[in-house]
Amino acid sequence: MNGFADPRLVRTLARAIAAEAEKLPRPVTFMEVCGTHTNAIAAAGLRRLLPSHVRLISGPGCPVCVTPVGYVDQAMALAEDPRNLVATFGDLLRVPASSGSLEQARATGCDVRVVYSPRDAVDLAAANPDRRVVFLGVGFETTVPTVAAAVLEAEKRGLANFFVLSGHKVMPPALEALLADPALRLEGLILPGHVSVIIGARAYRPVLARYPIPAVISGFTPVDVLRTVLELTKQVVEGRAELVNLYGRVVREEGNLTAWGMVEKVFAPCDARWRGLGDIAGSGLALRRPFASRDAGQFAVTLPTPREPAGCRCGDVLRGRIDPPECPLFATACTPDTAAGACMVSAEGACAAWYRHERFAGVA
Amino acid sequence: MSGRIVLAHGGGGRLTRELVRSLFIPPLTNEYLAELGDAAVLPPVSGRLAFTTDAFVVDPPVFPGGDLGYLAVCGTVNDLAMVGAKPIALSWALILEEGADEDLLRTVTAGASRACREVGAPIVAGDTKVVPRGKGDRAFVTTAGLGVVRQTPLSDRLLCPGDEVLVSGPVGDHGATVLAARHGLGGELVSDVAPLWPLVDKLLASGVEVHALHDPTRGGVATVCYEVAERTGLRVELEEEAIPVRPSVRAVMEVLGLDPLYVACEGRFLAFVAAGQGEKALAVLRGHPLGQQANLVGKVKLRQPGEAPVVLRTAFGPLRPLDLLSGAELPRIC
Amino acid sequence: MCLAVPMKLVSREELKGVVELSGMRREISLMLLPEAQVGDYVLVHAGYAIAQVDEREAEETLELLREALAGEEA
Repeated sequence: MNGFADPRLVRTLARAIAAEAEKLPRPVTFMEVCGTHTNAIAAAGLRRLLPSHVRLISGPGCPVCVTPVGYVDQAMALAEDPRNLVATFGDLLRVPASSGSLEQARATGCDVRVVYSPRDAVDLAAANPDRRVVFLGVGFETTVPTVAAAVLEAEKRGLANFFVLSGHKVMPPALEALLADPALRLEGLILPGHVSVIIGARAYRPVLARYPIPAVISGFTPVDVLRTVLELTKQVVEGRAELVNLYGRVVREEGNLTAWGMVEKVFAPCDARWRGLGDIAGSGLALRRPFASRDAGQFAVTLPTPREPAGCRCGDVLRGRIDPPECPLFATACTPDTAAGACMVSAEGACAAWYRHERFAGVA
Repeated sequence: MSGRIVLAHGGGGRLTRELVRSLFIPPLTNEYLAELGDAAVLPPVSGRLAFTTDAFVVDPPVFPGGDLGYLAVCGTVNDLAMVGAKPIALSWALILEEGADEDLLRTVTAGASRACREVGAPIVAGDTKVVPRGKGDRAFVTTAGLGVVRQTPLSDRLLCPGDEVLVSGPVGDHGATVLAARHGLGGELVSDVAPLWPLVDKLLASGVEVHALHDPTRGGVATVCYEVAERTGLRVELEEEAIPVRPSVRAVMEVLGLDPLYVACEGRFLAFVAAGQGEKALAVLRGHPLGQQANLVGKVKLRQPGEAPVVLRTAFGPLRPLDLLSGAELPRIC
Repeated sequence: MCLAVPMKLVSREELKGVVELSGMRREISLMLLPEAQVGDYVLVHAGYAIAQVDEREAEETLELLREALAGEEA
């Protein structure tokens, strides 16, 4: 499957996009809503292969970036209780809380472990029967089934000491909130390929019926992304607004029903707060009643008043209103080493990707 | 069952002596160490001395292709080799955690001994301390290394626009091997850890005009190039397709969401040679077992104001800057 | 947060599978993809297989692109 990174095909696609873009009546902006796309586009330098009037921007697709600071505060407070062992994906370790980060908490003696899979957290619960193992459940539909499966596995193994702090979010309500924003100027959506693996193409149809816009489910290789940009450009030129699945090698119309069934067994929809977007009804997932005893939200902790960093414009970046360099903190007060907001921390945050890969204007 | 280290092994008394005599001396033995004096007295040398120090912590301490001891000696002598110095002697000190397995120490000592033989420089002084359980991670090693400079010392100050950049072999093998072991990824990975002096010696003796050498350990190739560019004010341009990366290394990096250009090598170096000398240097490197997969990977250029210090020409054509690594590289699922 | 890698399923025992990519092997869970067969390419995310990769679809996609390329070069 190395063909999907074939430089010759990439160049062919770039030429096809340039030819198609000639026909555009005006400059267009396409938004991806998946941090893995953010990173893939920046790392391969794809923006520099596109004509200047085809612009790619990042939306609220990095789970760490849209996690409100209050969640990280709660995780920190849980980590400070010596009865708890906090297990997290590496992505969350350096995200700033109101004060400090989990990485700094670990340095002061809190037991924070980085795991690669939720299964590893279940194993930690088995190996530490006298501790409460709290898994920090952050992520979209791609990741949620793995956490649901871990909960079911903990049930099966009788591990009462496995808990989840659910900060999980689902994509369609956020897309709806985004598309309903009259200030948004967008000509097309690059839909998240691996979220779509789980929820299927059909999950977007209701939203796109209400807010028609060219939308393409896309894979992550340079060939995938450029095929997507070409299709979106064609739709704009031809005045169409359709949902097209260009990641058919793994995305089916109905998604992965086993995985989503497991999510529905363990989690129920709830309202959720998104950094930058605010409260969105039905966009979160909470543990269902039979599993409520595994909700780490039940543990009493003292929380600070959540404090978003002053001057940070992550919110506008996440809504696609500004490019990262337009934030006054970008590359001055806020760098990957001194991040003010999560968008600069996560490898797939729009600000971090821009800082690492696109900061130098004269580079190309 | 193998013995365990107790605090008294570091106390300076009978147990310390036993540990030194039974475990360390036999594999490492040489006339200087055998004296068991307070300091080794070495014969006179002619030429300028190079002197370095290093510290080694690795989890796991034994990994495919090497171990903490082999790594410690290689890391130290490689630092000497990078300034063009032939290693002549090393010291090492071990910080052991109470409860550490004596078999692990045997492995580590055997590894150090093997590396010393390969490079032809002995460990002439040593020390051992033991810290209470929980205050260390089995074993830490610190070293010092002494070398004698062959010709003129290599330095980034010699770099100029037009210099050609070579890498002596596939990158990221060590980092990928250790990460794979840590994350339960099985496979055919082997660390590249090796003493580089023999290859460096050959390159310097060949008459190629070498300006600087750097081993891309922590932070990998990207970081080394960034540091060189920072120090010199020049720009390093690398060609992505020219940098050799083994498929198995690429696979580990892809699964862990990491970039092979940022993970450590322990048996590779980057050579910055004068303009027009790249092909000759390449032939020399490829003629040695340690350099068979060497390649020309880039060039040194003038850096205009506002330009990125290091750029990578991706396989698709565009240049992208390579920044310094922020913090420790963490596996990510994003 | 959606990094997923296609890997080949080389063995399975109930819901535990072993996947391989360029010689690297890893144990994964098949809880989310119980229908996976040994020999399939599966998409792996955070230690779980989440989808079978339709290799024919992938090849057809590439074939179309290669034809476009050939057309360009001709």
